Amino acid sequence: MDLFLTIITAATPLLLAAIGELVVERSGVLNLGVEGMMVMGAVCGFGAAFLTGNPWVGVLASIIAGAAMSLLFGFLTLTLLANQVATGLALTLLGIGLSGLIGESFVGQPGVKLPVVAGIDPLIPFSVILTAGVSYVLFRTRSGLIIRAVGNSHSAAHALGYNVIAVRYLCVMFGGACAGLAGGYLSIVYTPQWVENMTAGKGWIALALVVFASWLPWRAAIGAYLFGAISILSFVVQTYGLGIPSQFLNSLPYLVTILALVLISGNRALSKRNTPACLGQPFVPDR
Amino acid sequence: MRLVLEKRPEASAAMAIASPLIALALTVVTGGIIFALRGNNPVDAIYVYFIEPWVALWSVEQIIVKAAPLVLIGAGLSVCYLANVWNIGAEGQFTMGAVLGGAIPVLFPEWQSPLTLITMLALGIIGGMAWGAIPALLRNRFNANEILTSLMLVYVAQLFLDWLVRGPWRDPMGFNFPKSITFSNWQLLPYLTSGIHLGVIFAIIAAVALALLLGRTMKGFEIRVAGQSPRAARFAGFSQKWTVLFCFLLSGGLAGLAGVSEIASVVGQLQPQISPGYGFAAIIVAFLGRLNPIGVILAGVLLALSYIGGEAAQISLGVSEKIARVFQGVLLFYILACDTLILYRIRWQQRLPSAQGA
Repeated sequence: MDLFLTIITAATPLLLAAIGELVVERSGVLNLGVEGMMVMGAVCGFGAAFLTGNPWVGVLASIIAGAAMSLLFGFLTLTLLANQVATGLALTLLGIGLSGLIGESFVGQPGVKLPVVAGIDPLIPFSVILTAGVSYVLFRTRSGLIIRAVGNSHSAAHALGYNVIAVRYLCVMFGGACAGLAGGYLSIVYTPQWVENMTAGKGWIALALVVFASWLPWRAAIGAYLFGAISILSFVVQTYGLGIPSQFLNSLPYLVTILALVLISGNRALSKRNTPACLGQPFVPDR
Repeated sequence: MRLVLEKRPEASAAMAIASPLIALALTVVTGGIIFALRGNNPVDAIYVYFIEPWVALWSVEQIIVKAAPLVLIGAGLSVCYLANVWNIGAEGQFTMGAVLGGAIPVLFPEWQSPLTLITMLALGIIGGMAWGAIPALLRNRFNANEILTSLMLVYVAQLFLDWLVRGPWRDPMGFNFPKSITFSNWQLLPYLTSGIHLGVIFAIIAAVALALLLGRTMKGFEIRVAGQSPRAARFAGFSQKWTVLFCFLLSGGLAGLAGVSEIASVVGQLQPQISPGYGFAAIIVAFLGRLNPIGVILAGVLLALSYIGGEAAQISLGVSEKIARVFQGVLLFYILACDTLILYRIRWQQRLPSAQGA
């Protein structure tokens, strides 16, 4: 049971970030800056919790930080029509740099942890509800239909009178808020402390999870829990000390990510079915 | 009132050159604001950060030496990005180049001849190429996204190096520090002056060679067509898969060469940290250099300045050297934003265009 909870806890930040990015990509935008928004969420969440002594303020701060970063991405890619891949990379590089500078005085400080009841922190049920909510909104509501329409054919959605750019802005901000919260989860719940670059590629793994989930929310949850299980497994194996170098076990999540991408992407029928048709394409209204 | 982009009839050549300069100016202004917020005198701080490193010869040499790996990697990445091939794992290819090249002095410490250095450099290139070939082959064979796979391999490479220098390759006489033996004589690059080593020459040769490749050869034409119009490339019979593999082998090999050059000069041994993020900073170098290998030389020097200026600011102003990474990120944002001006004119418009249509 304990092991099960540890796995869920390790998986929750991945799930939060992946669900956010899933909505972003469903609207046709590829934001590769998840890692940067996440690390900013982690540092701002930790800082706010540390300075006020209230972990909930930290949670709020991490959400705001992630959303603010995503707004920067939105302005460049949606308003100024900059290349989405390059801008996403820029967001990650900026996030890692800025968080290191902001967090310098937080290194080694004791963190404030969110209250945990019977091993379950409030964000675990929240992440499940969020998954259910996103799944419901995307596939059972008019708003979800609009989001998917914008992602699959922005010209058609525009012709029908929907404001493509506005829809995308909202989705990008939702993704940023989720990524920020995922970072806050790391620094307020998972390991209540600030370590530079503490996301360690989790934002990129979340991006891979979206592909792995073929843009379906519940599959993202399954994927996140699988990854949680793998990373916890490597910890467990380490404690038994079988003589396997820790570096090898630590590299497992990254290798498994590659393997998962290969398995899913290799199956063209599976990966093509749900891929938003306009993913990564800028929308220029008057053309 | 709202901001409207109006497409220019054709891409503005003037803006293509002006854009990085505007971005640079905006970065300096932003830097001044950050310094002012931290309580420094912004003018003094900007002088210390951006101007002072150019005053003393030794620090100019440092800038040049730091620019070498950035130019080597950035030139390769420019070719990738021109072809719409997204290699963002140069840091990993750099690391594997250092590992494979570093294997020679670690495993054969007694071998000292000019061939030692040549073998090291060759193995460094091979190491980077091999590591770069993985995402290329996974994309070609399984359609796996090369952005994600190349980045994941960065972490794997760094952990592999970490294991080597803490385990089998640790210097037995090194007081248990996670470091290999220190390299000597023919295991190191020759120095041209007191501060500048042969790696700088490699960088210049690589940049010029790639400029010729892109501008004067069929291969370069293929790469640019593949990036600008994949459909046209297919009709012309250019193999997309070969372009992907070529770009990764080229940029991986150059990153590997940068890696082995770095450990055979400035670092002088293998250790867990061999790069202050050159592989990622080189992404910025590529964009700042307009994806043009000659432009990359200038951009590499500028990014090198951001590192050296950061160190100077830490010493004279007590500002964390981490500010360097902030400037690098901010700079890339400004370049991407300013690049909009190449294709579009910005206008303030009174009424919404959609309202006119209704």
